[in-house]
Amino acid sequence: MTIDVPTSRRALPQLQPVSFIGADGQPTDVPTDGLTIPSDRTLLGLYQKMVQVRRFEAQVTHLTRQGRLATYPSAAGQEAIEVGATTALAPNDWLFPTYRDSASLLTRGVPVTEILSAFRGDWHCGFDPNEYHTSPAATPLATQTLHATGFAMAAKLKGEDACTLTFLGDGASSEGDTHEAFNFASVWQTPTVFVLANNQYAISTPLREQANATMLADRAAGYGMPGLRVDGNDIAAVFAAVTAALERARNGEGPTLIECLTYRMESHTNSDDPTKYRDAEEVEHWKQFDPIDRLEKHLRTAGVLDDDVAAEITASAEELATSVRDAMNTDAEVDPSELFAYVYANPRANLISQQEKLEAELATAAQS
Amino acid sequence: MTVTAATTAEGAPTPVSVTMTKALNQALRDSLSDDQNVLVFGEDVGRLGGVFRVTEGLRKEFGPERVWDSPLAESGIVGTAIGMAMAGMRPVVEMQFDAYAYPAFEQIVSHVAKMRNRTKGKVSLPLTIRIPYAGDIGGVEHHSDSSEAYWCSTPGLTVVTPSNPADAYSLLRESIASEDPVIFMEPKSRYWMKDELALPVQTAPMDRAQVVRVGSDVTLLAYGPTVRTALAAAEEGADHGLSIEVIDLRSLSPFDDETVSASVRKTSRAVIIHEAAQFGGYGAEVAARVTEDNFTHLSAPILRITGFDVPYPSPKLEEYFLPTAERILDALESWDWEL
Repeated sequence: MTIDVPTSRRALPQLQPVSFIGADGQPTDVPTDGLTIPSDRTLLGLYQKMVQVRRFEAQVTHLTRQGRLATYPSAAGQEAIEVGATTALAPNDWLFPTYRDSASLLTRGVPVTEILSAFRGDWHCGFDPNEYHTSPAATPLATQTLHATGFAMAAKLKGEDACTLTFLGDGASSEGDTHEAFNFASVWQTPTVFVLANNQYAISTPLREQANATMLADRAAGYGMPGLRVDGNDIAAVFAAVTAALERARNGEGPTLIECLTYRMESHTNSDDPTKYRDAEEVEHWKQFDPIDRLEKHLRTAGVLDDDVAAEITASAEELATSVRDAMNTDAEVDPSELFAYVYANPRANLISQQEKLEAELATAAQS
Repeated sequence: MTVTAATTAEGAPTPVSVTMTKALNQALRDSLSDDQNVLVFGEDVGRLGGVFRVTEGLRKEFGPERVWDSPLAESGIVGTAIGMAMAGMRPVVEMQFDAYAYPAFEQIVSHVAKMRNRTKGKVSLPLTIRIPYAGDIGGVEHHSDSSEAYWCSTPGLTVVTPSNPADAYSLLRESIASEDPVIFMEPKSRYWMKDELALPVQTAPMDRAQVVRVGSDVTLLAYGPTVRTALAAAEEGADHGLSIEVIDLRSLSPFDDETVSASVRKTSRAVIIHEAAQFGGYGAEVAARVTEDNFTHLSAPILRITGFDVPYPSPKLEEYFLPTAERILDALESWDWEL
């Protein structure tokens, strides 16, 4: 029996994650899997954004501890993925983020008050998705991967140029929707990029209890799409990989899965204690691969970053932190009638009568 | 049974015998013709025309870019339809069989129902999810469920179900045109019901119930497959001197309080009939709200004639499970009519 190997059959991705810049800031000798390192000018811009994003994450985590926000899932340590992948998008592309991707919303240009609205408890999604070409951040795991696939399918059917990018985590990669999205995207050849932020833990469950695969990027092969593993703490690799995947998507070559290896430096949210499920040594180990430190070393060696520029960047990050503090110091007014305002396009009798009851209740309370 | 309000303008086509599947097929065809954004996809809806032939011929007529067979994954079908609707399309997806919609439950209740709300009305999902439901077709396990209560208890969803070909056409056209997502439940046992009908037809608005038989002694509230059962009971009851009014709810969510209350105030008695299990079922909601609004007008407690509180049975046991005209009449007899 002879077997014709279909052209869509993909080789497994290279085991060693693609990385251009090592932990020491020096070039690595890892095979680049066809990717090209971004220019130092591009990298400097990415560096500035990462510094801002880290300051943002720190400030918001602090505010959560002070009780100003109900909860916050920090992406500290994962800035290279958030910034690198999101920056690669064209304005017309659509982003489908999850609850841990506030930094990507910031990178996309969403104002801080609109990003934090959900965590402050004002409204589930505080921004207009159409304005920022960004879907509301999904909390149920992996559901957004299908939305990204469907949106890309519509763009393809309409002959529009838009691609979609969606983030998912290592835990979410076990969900059925992830597999359905990979399969639909590949069968339909949609212009979708799946960025899998493998941060080693799903709340407290370590990767080795999450998946028995050699690496999560291998899964792409089973769906007939290319998979790629990059060092998620090297923004040069993340940016180059996502840029290449978007180019493939725009050329009608279908979806790509990019697994980004990283580490979640903070707890899952403010409500769990990471010392219960991981040891300090492990955290210390990952600190050596910090995405900001290594890029700073690289840029200083390359001569595009000096103390003056670094000071400017730090100042801009401080400005951002101040704006976050100011924004969160004032409580946004909420309007009780909004409870009923956006459930249906057409008003419904039962909602109208419930709204009237609430308004009467509030009027009585105001009088007494 | 008469079909309401068929347009009889001059030159209108002569009514012909139309099955519910044909009416649904025509509604999809007309919606695809009228609006380029309408898409039809799901399992086997393309080449085969759907396992119930509701989508027959559409792929050939509109091409595989408008009507196509998706991979076999219900969550995937609904999840991708959400993305398409966000991009400005109006997808119409099929769940093939009632219980096969359960893998899509999360996408439907967590996202389809909530997208408009969570985005403060900035993103609406004009998405129609067709779910063939209910039994009485001799189906094997997982092919005869009635899942309406799940969808009806989810704010953000509209849930409608036709009981006849005219409503099947009209309700589906309106569902596809709606800005809100619609769970469109098709009673499988009524797919082959025929009516003399000229399509296109415009029946009552999709949020309205319909009095399908006028009576003065008791109101039977039915929908989808049980409208036939209720009408049979009314027919039989008439032989025993009972004047029975039958209401086809059509829209399960929203519930047409006005039409139902007007009838109950006239007859002072009501029975709700559905195939789904009784406990926590849709009938409980109907009984509660009709009582709240009309307590002083009632001369008997509202009764429910439903499937038993057991999983949907095998074909050989179906006849013992399904609500029958006899059970409805027995229930009516149980009341003290002297009160």
